[in-house]
Amino acid sequence: MSDPPLDEGWIERELALEYPQLRLVSVVAPVPQRSAAPALRERLALLSDRFHGARALALRREPVPAAYRVFFRHIGLDPDVQRTPVEAAALERLVRGGFESHGVLDDALLVSLVETGVPVWALDDERVEGPLGLRAEPGSSRIVVADAAGPIAALFGDVEPRCRPGRGTLRLRLFTVAAPGVPAIHVEEALFGCFDALTEGG
Amino acid sequence: MLDVRVVVDERAARTELRRQIAGLEAQLSAAVAEGVPASPLAAARGPRVLDLGELERVRDALAARVADARADLRERHEREEANRALLERMLLEPGRYKFARVANRDLGEPGCGVWQVRPRLGLIGMLMGWWQVKLSSGCPLQN
Repeated sequence: MSDPPLDEGWIERELALEYPQLRLVSVVAPVPQRSAAPALRERLALLSDRFHGARALALRREPVPAAYRVFFRHIGLDPDVQRTPVEAAALERLVRGGFESHGVLDDALLVSLVETGVPVWALDDERVEGPLGLRAEPGSSRIVVADAAGPIAALFGDVEPRCRPGRGTLRLRLFTVAAPGVPAIHVEEALFGCFDALTEGG
Repeated sequence: MLDVRVVVDERAARTELRRQIAGLEAQLSAAVAEGVPASPLAAARGPRVLDLGELERVRDALAARVADARADLRERHEREEANRALLERMLLEPGRYKFARVANRDLGEPGCGVWQVRPRLGLIGMLMGWWQVKLSSGCPLQN
């Protein structure tokens, strides 16, 4: 099976000038298949076995997590207060003793995050209006993920209810925000890995 | 014309500050990986494009944190070095360091072992001046 086409999101001009390598990339994906659940739970268990305290401590020095930490500093977030997505997952793994399953979609997003260090979010594709992008809100300079209708989420924040996938969702849009310095191959791997996990459990 | 130049210069300054912040973050991460506890710098106000002043404050706070971390590490290395020297002396002349203890932790080593100067054969050793260094076994069992 060939890889699905990736959509390069727009970056507002001022933002692109400030952070030249910042990217938002998305892909349309099918809704999660229940049949993928057992394979995903197995992958989470395997990842739990491979991921120990020493790795969690050293994580911040690995290239991709380090790029997100630096970007967090650049946008006024303290990664020791608001954890980067992969560090939050690592901490959760240590506290709970394993990566816990929360359903096919969340499991696929988590597997992709832990394997690549790149966070992926899911939207209800039918509720997204026009292409996705990143912009700074006038006045506050707050950076948001937005479509033609307005903000969808604060950068690295929760998705607004209007675009969250639900029972009636027919198609997903997976998107990721690549911090400057994150190699393109990791970004593609995160999205394709998540896409595959949703359809086949990986 | 003047305005345009000012904007460009500020952007260059912000880029330079971001470069410095990246370097400091790498140094701080290295220190944390060596065991210095991570501690928050300031309350976050959400993801924003930081202006020059805000970037300077982030850079300065990180620089101070890195300096503290280096001081912590230097102090710890000096303490561990002193403990290693003490252990060497204990091993060479146990009789001069009766009942002295050095834990692996104090040497920067993993595990719960403790080096201790003890009399050979208990009371007889104490009376005869027969001293030896013993390494206790591992960590106590968890309940």
